[in-house]
Amino acid sequence: MTQFLSLLLNGISLGVLYALIAMGFVIIFKASEVVSFMHGSLLLLGAYAIARLSGPLGFFPAILVALLITGAAAIVVERLIINRLRGAPVISLAIVTIGVDIILLTELIRRIGSDILNVPHPWGGDSFQLGAVGISQNRLIAIGVAGVLIALFFAAFKYSNWGIAMRASAEDGETAALMGIRQGQVSALAWVIAGVLAAVAALFLVGSPTPGVTPSAYAVALRAFPAAILGGLDSVGGALVGGLLIGVAEALAAGYQDQLLFLGRGFSAVVPFIVMIVVLMFRPSGLFGTKELTRV
Amino acid sequence: MLSIEGLHVTYGGAVQALRGVSMQVPDGKVVAVLGSNGAGKSTLLRTISGTLRLHRGKIDSGSVRFGDVDLGSRDPGQTVRLGVVQVPEGRRIFGRLTVEENLRAGGMGNRDKAAKARAQARVYEMFPVLEERKAQRGALLSGGEQQMLAIGRALMASPKLLLLDEPSLGLAPRIIGQIGEVVAEINRQGTSVLLVEQNATMALGVADTAYVLDVGEVSLSGSARELSQTDEVQRLYLGHDADQPQERAAPRAHRTLSRWTA
Repeated sequence: MTQFLSLLLNGISLGVLYALIAMGFVIIFKASEVVSFMHGSLLLLGAYAIARLSGPLGFFPAILVALLITGAAAIVVERLIINRLRGAPVISLAIVTIGVDIILLTELIRRIGSDILNVPHPWGGDSFQLGAVGISQNRLIAIGVAGVLIALFFAAFKYSNWGIAMRASAEDGETAALMGIRQGQVSALAWVIAGVLAAVAALFLVGSPTPGVTPSAYAVALRAFPAAILGGLDSVGGALVGGLLIGVAEALAAGYQDQLLFLGRGFSAVVPFIVMIVVLMFRPSGLFGTKELTRV
Repeated sequence: MLSIEGLHVTYGGAVQALRGVSMQVPDGKVVAVLGSNGAGKSTLLRTISGTLRLHRGKIDSGSVRFGDVDLGSRDPGQTVRLGVVQVPEGRRIFGRLTVEENLRAGGMGNRDKAAKARAQARVYEMFPVLEERKAQRGALLSGGEQQMLAIGRALMASPKLLLLDEPSLGLAPRIIGQIGEVVAEINRQGTSVLLVEQNATMALGVADTAYVLDVGEVSLSGSARELSQTDEVQRLYLGHDADQPQERAAPRAHRTLSRWTA
């Protein structure tokens, strides 16, 4: 039981981070009708920037600058490429983001090389004991920070002008334009927010229990994909539920690895995708997705 | 004043939708544009509101000017900020947004907060049902209420000129009458209106002047009263035979001639 609770807590901490990344996918999809495959490299960019800058700048200023860099990278891609290709088929845009992703990823891998870049989290690698249930302090802080960000995000989505403009233009772009809503601005802001959320996720994903920044952080964003998709690609609530589901499933599979040994070692890495496939078999548009995603 | 001169518009470089259309909407007036399907009514509104490009349409020649600003080169957002706001055909309210959110979306082009608050008060005064239902999703409103919402949403931008694209479409006759009253009231409060309609009875009832579009050209124009007398409009849009009397004598309520006093 203790083991289960401990795994559950760790799963939730992983899940909220997936949710941050997945919410980024979702708002980009809603605002620009692009499935962005470049989230992995954005996340790695955020992690790399934090690791490289925290020496010269100190930890907290480094985070701030890293968030700015990642947000800026996202908006540059949106302005220079995505915005100019508006109206192009969804598939072409998705492939364009894969291209950008590969370019950025290749450069980051070249810079990181075979090193493990250390991120000097002030909270270190200690773990926190809640009775018999243990969790790394890093992950506990992650739950708090991500929880606050998710709440802020939902509030903004529901109540802010940006949220209303975004939902209106996702529902009917031409009519939104007739109201004076500028889809370009809505879309640019969505990319910035998605970039920043990915960088925040990166901050915690490269801390304990992970050793530091390696190119493998990239794979984490890939696991947030199923979170977004099984939640329904156009639902931010779905992204949160999807993220938690994937995070918990992955943590449980890792924790009970010995019992699951017949499936092979490292099975937990594929669990997110298996969960996604199973959910989609029964609910093809995801848990909370709109039935018809095609727009005329 | 909106003035359109010799406007030619084509879609995809081939299909001619407007061929030399000229018309004026003077300040403070209601102008009706009548025409059947495919006459170019929607194209006309798209050209004014700046959404022509979204439909791969292009102005070949001619001009659309509001005051001394050329609207032909503006995007929809700039046009809204100039005070020219369109209510789209088929209402197109945001069904997943609440009534209140729909109205907020309508006010996005309006940067002046005080003006937005005034506009909202005016909308709720004009359409009390919208205030009652402000927390409901737009999709749950009836057709007539949705049209009210679509008009209210446009009013949130405090327009100087309101463009209405077939507001009577798909609505019951009683509701169409209400829409006519709403248009007249909006105009009384100082907004010019360009009303595109197939329902000529309602349109000519509220308009000062009217134009008839026929396959991309203005075939008739004049004061609404004159136009409703012409044979062509009678036959094509009002559903009367030309030689029948236009108004049937409605039975008048008899006045009480004397009061019974005790």
